[in-house]
Amino acid sequence: MDRLQYLGDVKVDISDIQVVEHDVIVLGAGGAGLRAAIECSMRGLSTGLVCKSLLGKAHTVMAEGGVAAALGNVDSRDHWKVHFRDTMRGGKFLNVWRMAELHAKEAPDRVRELEEWGAVFDRTKAGLINQRNFGGHRYPRLAHVGDRTGLEIIRTLQDHGIHQGIDVYMECTGLDFLKDGDKISGMVAMWRETGRFVIFKAKAAIVATGGGGKAWKITSNSWEYTGDGYGMAYEAGAELMDMEFTQFHPTGMVWPPSVRGTLVTESVRGEGGVLLNSDGKRFMFHNIPDRFADETAETEEETVRWLAGDRDARRPPELLTRDVVARAIRKEVKEGRGSPHGGAFLDIASKRTAEDIQRKLPSMYHQFKVLAELDITTEPMEVGPTLHYFMGGIRVDADSQMSRVPGLFACGECAAGMHGANRLGGNSLSDLLVFGKLSGEGAAKYIEGMTSEPMVDDNQIRSIIRDATDILNRESGENPYLLHEEMEDLMQNCVGIVRTEELLMEGIEGLGKLKESYGKVKASGASQFNPGWHEAIALRNLLITSEAVANAALIRQESRGAHTRVDYPGEQNEWLQYNVVLSKGEDGAMKSEKIERPAPNTELDRIANLSIEEIEAEVTAES
Amino acid sequence: MELRNFRIYRGDSDGGEMMDYQTEVGKGMVVLDVIHRIQAEKANDMAVRWNCKAGKCGSCSVEINGKPKLACMTRMNEYDDDETISIRPIRSFPIMRDLVADVSWNYEQNKRIAPFKPDITKKDSNGDYHMMQKDVDRIQEFRKCIECYLCQNVCHVLRDHDKKDIFVGPRFMIRVAGLDMHPLDTEDRIPDVKDEYGSGMCNITRCCTDVCPEHIQITDNGIIPIKERVVDRYYDPIKWLTRKLMGKSK
Repeated sequence: MDRLQYLGDVKVDISDIQVVEHDVIVLGAGGAGLRAAIECSMRGLSTGLVCKSLLGKAHTVMAEGGVAAALGNVDSRDHWKVHFRDTMRGGKFLNVWRMAELHAKEAPDRVRELEEWGAVFDRTKAGLINQRNFGGHRYPRLAHVGDRTGLEIIRTLQDHGIHQGIDVYMECTGLDFLKDGDKISGMVAMWRETGRFVIFKAKAAIVATGGGGKAWKITSNSWEYTGDGYGMAYEAGAELMDMEFTQFHPTGMVWPPSVRGTLVTESVRGEGGVLLNSDGKRFMFHNIPDRFADETAETEEETVRWLAGDRDARRPPELLTRDVVARAIRKEVKEGRGSPHGGAFLDIASKRTAEDIQRKLPSMYHQFKVLAELDITTEPMEVGPTLHYFMGGIRVDADSQMSRVPGLFACGECAAGMHGANRLGGNSLSDLLVFGKLSGEGAAKYIEGMTSEPMVDDNQIRSIIRDATDILNRESGENPYLLHEEMEDLMQNCVGIVRTEELLMEGIEGLGKLKESYGKVKASGASQFNPGWHEAIALRNLLITSEAVANAALIRQESRGAHTRVDYPGEQNEWLQYNVVLSKGEDGAMKSEKIERPAPNTELDRIANLSIEEIEAEVTAES
Repeated sequence: MELRNFRIYRGDSDGGEMMDYQTEVGKGMVVLDVIHRIQAEKANDMAVRWNCKAGKCGSCSVEINGKPKLACMTRMNEYDDDETISIRPIRSFPIMRDLVADVSWNYEQNKRIAPFKPDITKKDSNGDYHMMQKDVDRIQEFRKCIECYLCQNVCHVLRDHDKKDIFVGPRFMIRVAGLDMHPLDTEDRIPDVKDEYGSGMCNITRCCTDVCPEHIQITDNGIIPIKERVVDRYYDPIKWLTRKLMGKSK
């Protein structure tokens, strides 16, 4: 094997490069990418699915709690309208209305379809798919399998997908998209094993690359989460929207240091777990926002009744939305009431029997036992906020999922709009199913309407390859690992859970310097399975992602959902009218704009603003 | 922090050797943390496969001091302070580079297994299927599998005898078991289990079960019942006679 094939070759010869042709390429093989690829294939398209890892290892496996869908199996009062209302309220009304509507309406069918494809959800006593409580959801709504729902979903899609004629390209990194005029015509990628390049010719591309949590030091995200889709779509001319809304999950592990940030599922609280400070106080009772006061329990006694299944009791404050809980934990720590390692205590041991905990939360039990040497059936966990999810992403049309670049689609976490300023737990697994399918449909319709086949441009290919190989060819330069570490510290300190203009300016300045250093980044070794080189390639996308988040956070002068500006506290009605949209300007610099949101559809506006009594009366009358 | 000694395999499909490294180990570190630290400090180009770092994705399977394990779930305090820790790629599959093995053969086996085929007549008017929890408990056990392939790595048939052409291995025996025991499934896979997947090759040494990080009872709950279904079908004399006289049915 000639491992130095492209090294030291200034004039890149592209005649030997592998070329693969498909109607559509899907980048990313988590739940969204798999569901999109299945849809494309079912519609008769030749489909290539490209993923950085092995198939079935994507971040979807980390989703633990469940998939939200108004099936009404546990509480028959549930209805798409209530799910929609919960989603809008959780998103602080910044969600793209149509996306929240499509999501709430279609999620139940997407879940049933998974069962048809072999998923085995936990059952109710009547033998239906069981549903559990979760933060921000009015009723038990999360279809689940213990605390490993994501694994069940990805495996089901994988086992179904491999029989649909999809071609899977594993351990293959997308570098950049190719365009013919303004239209997508393909993508250049790199095989991680050999370091060789591959050209995908395609009429459409679907981006399903997830978020960019690896820009922060404390994150629940794995190495794959480097914002590849954001970087590549941005370079191809697409817009990014709502990037300031980065969700800090309230409960990540805080101890030991090597697992800091690893997710502790919200199901712990859904199953009755409570948050305590170092005084042993349930501090969430003092952190209930006005908007949710009517629907949240006021006393411990009421939460006990709720846990026992009393339908008149209100939800415990631990199940408020993630932004609220994360800020409350941070406040306790900041005011000196934190746990020994700088978090809060999460106690399920005193609320459930050991047997219950092991049955309902087996992987949490195992995770703490092995990684923290702690038995969660007898002791409380220590938890703190961890960067978990991007509400923002590639701006797409709500129905087709197409970006402003013809032929470029996005779905799942990397697409913007569905979750507004804050995502409810359980809404991401349903998001990736609903919009994975819709993006496949969108791509199929787009291809059907094409009049001519787009061509790939050799100069674009050469330039993409040269950018990648320059990193190896430099005599010396910056160490990609160290640059990444600097970025993590910068984002953690300056673009964290609580933001100010001063900090954000410092962050933007620091990112500017990092971008300069990145121009001189150097990876040592050959091109075969070279992690240093892969790291350096991913850094470009992570830098674009970080810059977009910091700029958007600076522009939005209010606190809404996951975006907290201590210099602009509280939600400002004026800001509800705008999204922050970022794109690559003609001068090559990032352009940030405030774009006015379209007025909501009156019916949706009415539903979202009903009181809980009104909406319950309405859906009861309908059924 | 204390300085500890490691030996890590460096090489590719053409061969390689164990290389010595030293690095500091802090409280709570797992073997994958050590690998990352050495990678960042001393060997930027050392290849290792990993993802979730929480025992949920099954990417970081390696052999640590000869034992097949997930590097992300193996704590350093399992070993004595003065012990040199050796880390190698899993052995039943070809080496790609350093700690990364080529496991693509497993993906080919999965493709050979006939997919789930539900009895759609069992759907109620809402489009829901009814299954009782007790009827799905046993297949949910198999569905915990994270496809780390540690079971494939220690299976004698695959590892010592390299009979990959005639046996799909424990991972796919429980995949078949999970489908065959599914209350809604209608596909008959038993002929393939015997003739194509090589159920007879397993001699029940339970090595696969021992290394399963999800503690799935691969042998007792999966492979043995599936072997029994083959025996019932093909080697039960009364059933054989009935079939001869009455014609074949599932």
